[in-house]
Amino acid sequence: MNAPAYNFAYLDEQTKRMIRRAILKAIAIPGYQVPFASREMPMPYGWGTGGVQVTAAILGPDDTLKVIDQGSDDTTNAISIRKFFEKTAGVAATTSTLDATVIQTRHRIPEATLHAGQVLVYQVPIPEPLRFLEPRETETRRMHALGEYGLMHVKLYEDIARFGHIATAYAYPVKVNERYVMDPSPTPKFDNPKMDNCAALQLFGAGREKRIYAVPPYTKVVSLDFEDHPFSRYRFDAPCALCGSEDSYLDEIVTDDKGGRMFVCSDTDHCESRQAQGHRGTESAAPHKEARHG
Amino acid sequence: MAETNDGLASDEPLLVVDGLAKNYGRLTACRDVSFTLYPGEVLAIVGESGSGKSTLLQLLSAQLAPTSGRVSYRMRDGVLRDLATLGEAERRFLFRTDWGYVHQDPAQGLRMAVSAGANVGERLMAVGWNHYGRIRDAASSWLERVEIDTARIDDAPRTYSGGMRQRLQIARNLVTEPRLVFMDEPTGGLDVSVQARLLDLVRSLVNELGLAAIVVTHDLAVARLLSHRVMVMKAGHVIETGLTDQVLDDPREPYTQLLVSSILPP
Repeated sequence: MNAPAYNFAYLDEQTKRMIRRAILKAIAIPGYQVPFASREMPMPYGWGTGGVQVTAAILGPDDTLKVIDQGSDDTTNAISIRKFFEKTAGVAATTSTLDATVIQTRHRIPEATLHAGQVLVYQVPIPEPLRFLEPRETETRRMHALGEYGLMHVKLYEDIARFGHIATAYAYPVKVNERYVMDPSPTPKFDNPKMDNCAALQLFGAGREKRIYAVPPYTKVVSLDFEDHPFSRYRFDAPCALCGSEDSYLDEIVTDDKGGRMFVCSDTDHCESRQAQGHRGTESAAPHKEARHG
Repeated sequence: MAETNDGLASDEPLLVVDGLAKNYGRLTACRDVSFTLYPGEVLAIVGESGSGKSTLLQLLSAQLAPTSGRVSYRMRDGVLRDLATLGEAERRFLFRTDWGYVHQDPAQGLRMAVSAGANVGERLMAVGWNHYGRIRDAASSWLERVEIDTARIDDAPRTYSGGMRQRLQIARNLVTEPRLVFMDEPTGGLDVSVQARLLDLVRSLVNELGLAAIVVTHDLAVARLLSHRVMVMKAGHVIETGLTDQVLDDPREPYTQLLVSSILPP
């Protein structure tokens, strides 16, 4: 605690209470977008102001925080937010998915299965799944209230008509608890099945749009689809080049200017712990050396 | 007494309007409107701009709440219900299943940025159709029925001509086989040859499907071609009503006589 000028976890207690009330309501109505009085945060919109406020509101002194950006613990956004809470809350930070009690994420759900007691906090840019088809907020609210979700299928229909398959690859709409249609934030649809019946609590915060929504533990989350074009998880042709994992989400990494590239796990913690267990991919010599540097 | 189900249905009114009135403050938009519409019947509401036609259409289609009076509609289960007592969910459901609403400007009734196929399929998806192939088949058969080249099923309506847009809007409304269609100046803004084709199309669809329709128009030619009955409105009142041929060939009211005589002889 080297920043006495700030309250624990930056936000003042009244603000945290307000956010917690919104979170409780969101948990009570899975998938429903609860408005909240989003605060200015010391970072620009689009960098996770919603997620940071949710994390600040639920963080306690005993928590262990993990922050990922596109699955990675060591990108600018992840490091900045982790440092922010280390500084303002003095909580322990980790990169291990299993050890963390609160995981703030942008664009990915960790590969390791989450367990009960963990909280996954998503940073959400646009919480409204119907937004690009129906621009009026009054109308989308009414559609949610009355459960009129035909329009969501219009979007999927357009995909198939144009590309021959459902081409939506991220922010793939889901139906939560057989009631509300929800945008799972821009996570790849590869991660959608992980949301279903998940043991961890999932909270979503959209700072600019001032909405919080939630998926309580063990809640049914179904990806929308057509009978003759069922939801399919994205599949990769090759295993991870570093750890040889065949069932994780891969990033393409350009290795030279002659078209060379390799595919590695986007979840760095998953990849590193697999390598520590002795799993090897086709390019595993180099990263071993790098790991010693780190 | 009718024996069959069909006969029975057409014996009973579809829409019953009783003493309908709407005021905007001190301004009376329409008052004392009462009529009964039977299944398969086409009613034209004619009158000049500002005579209350559009307000009346909005009252009839439950988009506006009347100041007094009521509109009752026979639901698919045969029960006549006051529209004011319907919940919002029921009203919206009615609007996208058993009713159609054709706007004068197709841009208001269509989603201009999504494909024609999705425009037609939207109502089907809204009532739970969940099979892409079947939705697409239904959409393309409706495009054929309204004489739109099915090769253009994946084009957005903003690439369509005015006449095609209007026909697409009609297809989009009819895909759930509604029993009542409201049309607000369906041929407004179209050139004369396109108007003629559209009227022809609407007339044959209405006959084929046994639709009841309420058509608001200032164009007496449209009324003559489409409708069985005509209501003439002036300053919010219904001043004359009757069979189309009777009203247009032998108008009683001076205002109707004026309207009829202001058409150029063919």
